[in-house]
Amino acid sequence: MRAAPPESGSGPGTRSTRALVLQALVALALAALAYAAFANASEKLARQGITAGFGFLARAAGFDISQRLIPYAAATSTYLDAFLVGLLNTLLVSGLAIGLATVIGFAVGIARLSPNWLARTLAATYVETLRNLPLLLQLLVWYVAVRVALPEAQHPAAWGGAYLSQRGLVLPRPDFQGAAWLVPVAFVAGLVGASIRARRAKRRIETGAEPGPVVGPALALVLGLPALAWIGLALAGHPVPVAWPSPGPFGPEGGLGVLPEFAALLLGLSTYTAAFIAEIVRAGLASVARGQGEAAAALGLSRAKTLRLVTIPQAMRVIVPPLTSQYLNITKNSSLAVLIGYPDLVHVFMGTVLNQTNQAVEVVAITMAVYLTLSLGLAALMNASNRRAAPMTR
Amino acid sequence: MTIVRETLLPPAPPPRRAAGPVGWLRDNLFSGAGNTVTTLVILAGLALLLPPVFRFLVTDAVWRGDSGEVCRPEVAGHPVGACWAFIGAKINYLVYGSYPAAERWRPNLFFGLVALGTAWMLWLDAPRRGLGAVFVFLVGPLLSYGLLSGTPVLGLAPIATSLWGGILVTLVVSLVGIVASLPLGILLALGRRSDLPVLRYACIGFIEFWRGVPLITVLFMANVMLPLFLPGDLTVDRLVRPLVGIALFASAYMAEVVRGGLQAIPEGQGRAALALGLTRWQAMRLVILPQALKVVVPGIVNTLIGLFKDTTLVSIVGIADFIRVLEAARADPRWSAPTIPATAYAFAALFYLTFCFAMARYAAFIERRLAAGERGRA
Repeated sequence: MRAAPPESGSGPGTRSTRALVLQALVALALAALAYAAFANASEKLARQGITAGFGFLARAAGFDISQRLIPYAAATSTYLDAFLVGLLNTLLVSGLAIGLATVIGFAVGIARLSPNWLARTLAATYVETLRNLPLLLQLLVWYVAVRVALPEAQHPAAWGGAYLSQRGLVLPRPDFQGAAWLVPVAFVAGLVGASIRARRAKRRIETGAEPGPVVGPALALVLGLPALAWIGLALAGHPVPVAWPSPGPFGPEGGLGVLPEFAALLLGLSTYTAAFIAEIVRAGLASVARGQGEAAAALGLSRAKTLRLVTIPQAMRVIVPPLTSQYLNITKNSSLAVLIGYPDLVHVFMGTVLNQTNQAVEVVAITMAVYLTLSLGLAALMNASNRRAAPMTR
Repeated sequence: MTIVRETLLPPAPPPRRAAGPVGWLRDNLFSGAGNTVTTLVILAGLALLLPPVFRFLVTDAVWRGDSGEVCRPEVAGHPVGACWAFIGAKINYLVYGSYPAAERWRPNLFFGLVALGTAWMLWLDAPRRGLGAVFVFLVGPLLSYGLLSGTPVLGLAPIATSLWGGILVTLVVSLVGIVASLPLGILLALGRRSDLPVLRYACIGFIEFWRGVPLITVLFMANVMLPLFLPGDLTVDRLVRPLVGIALFASAYMAEVVRGGLQAIPEGQGRAALALGLTRWQAMRLVILPQALKVVVPGIVNTLIGLFKDTTLVSIVGIADFIRVLEAARADPRWSAPTIPATAYAFAALFYLTFCFAMARYAAFIERRLAAGERGRA
């Protein structure tokens, strides 16, 4: 016996009509809310004498930014330039933190499954402590408490041409102008060569052939080629010019300066997120069937080789999706820079530019649009790569 | 491939598995050359690291005193570690902010209410948990509001929120986030699974928007845009602005947790409920939601830990939460000594670690209990 469809109880079509009416009401309510907010905002802005629109981006900024990856000067640059400087600073610190957090996270995650009790306990303590402390507090510790312990700028600690003090780290800066551009070109060539080698090794494994070593030659290519170019240039009489910092009376001068704000944010972000990545890695490794590791050991593979060739590749399927959301968290959390004064997007744009121009709606909308684009873009990329990887699941 | 052996390994000797501490040591710390080296390296590192930390926190610490002078090494006559006297002198400010001293019984009573509600919710076999939910989500917040900001009718003098501060504000912000985000999150999760496209897309848009932006931008937005959106000369209390931002932000994350629970419930549950003659709303309320929420308790607690840590961000938009009063106390010239910052952060770390770790343990306990229940059913 078939039960009558539920909607036929009170006449055909009632349910769908009700659904339509309900949806129309929801849409109407949302539109009314948006309209009310818009009307109120434009009335108040008009009263404050602020012209809506994005014209302010072309006005001169008139404030300085302590770290810039593109040419920027307070007198000549516009608010749009300030926005770009902030955006690039956000991307720079996020990109480096993603790399560093991944390395620390994998190391700690693998250590949590170590046969050594001390390593296991130490890794667990790391995860439980850093995960359970607010990132903001950790940034304060790095920026205030750790910095106080460093030497003063007048008497910096020096190693091999680099100086470390409370005012940050100053490194020798090679200048890749003129013939010296060969060095970065050699680096890129090394990267391309290494990836070709890895791809070929993968294809050989799939056809059952001997793949040969990959990691050693890759390192040799990526590090060796630029080194060769550097030495070759020096021998050919065109040495790469290096700006060496010197200890001045008020602190190190010249060279490539790393702001203490940048260093604190980078260290804080990566050690904090590494605790979450370690848990993801641990769960991923635990998801691989025990027999896989045992079979690898039975074949005579060392523990390191078992991890690298058998366990981790299989665990990656479980690890990658939550890992990308951690990468996104790093990008979003980099906005805590505003607390310690690193000139990221939020600090420069939502802080200084908003205060100077009072274009609250536009500035907030642009800033949020940037983060939303990053988030949704990465999510779309993730979904695409998940779809591509899906047929491989067995 | 070179990794495949071509000759048989010689038979290994039988495992020397001595029971007791020696066997444990051999298995866990010295099971091979690499393992032994790891153990020794870690032990050496700990030997270098732990004694200074212990000296800083305990033996070299200054416990008593009424100004920063006692925490200066030249006055104390020995290297000075943590300056716990500073925490002792500032403790009332750190807990209550500038809340008038004569009225501190009100925050104290509020802490009591919070403890009662928390215990009622967390103790799974507590009596009348339904009543507890009403208390936590309705009666408690109203009572706390009347108590803290004052009800002249009952003879409680009004106290401006600008005077609230410290742990009190941190607790208020977290609790408002929790109490608002849980029901809102459930509604959003249900909306996201609705058959009605307009409702569904509205919920998806809402959730993905808040999840896609950093909390700081939300707080900035609440600070500058909330007053703009409201009609006329209606102003919003400075403390309420970030509360609105946090509530919306947290509800989006909560919605995703609840959605996970809804997805975990087999479809047959809903169909069986409909077959029994329940309406769709009844089926959701009586059959699906109770099971879904039970599954996601660990996820909810983990979201709450994140929320609790994230409340520190309100200090950036000028709210005197625990971190901000700590920074203010640290800047007091009467208490300027080299180790004051480290002392302040050590104290804050202890505070957050205690609460977050306790919540995390609770989530793990619930998870184990749920897993045991699943095994029992199978």
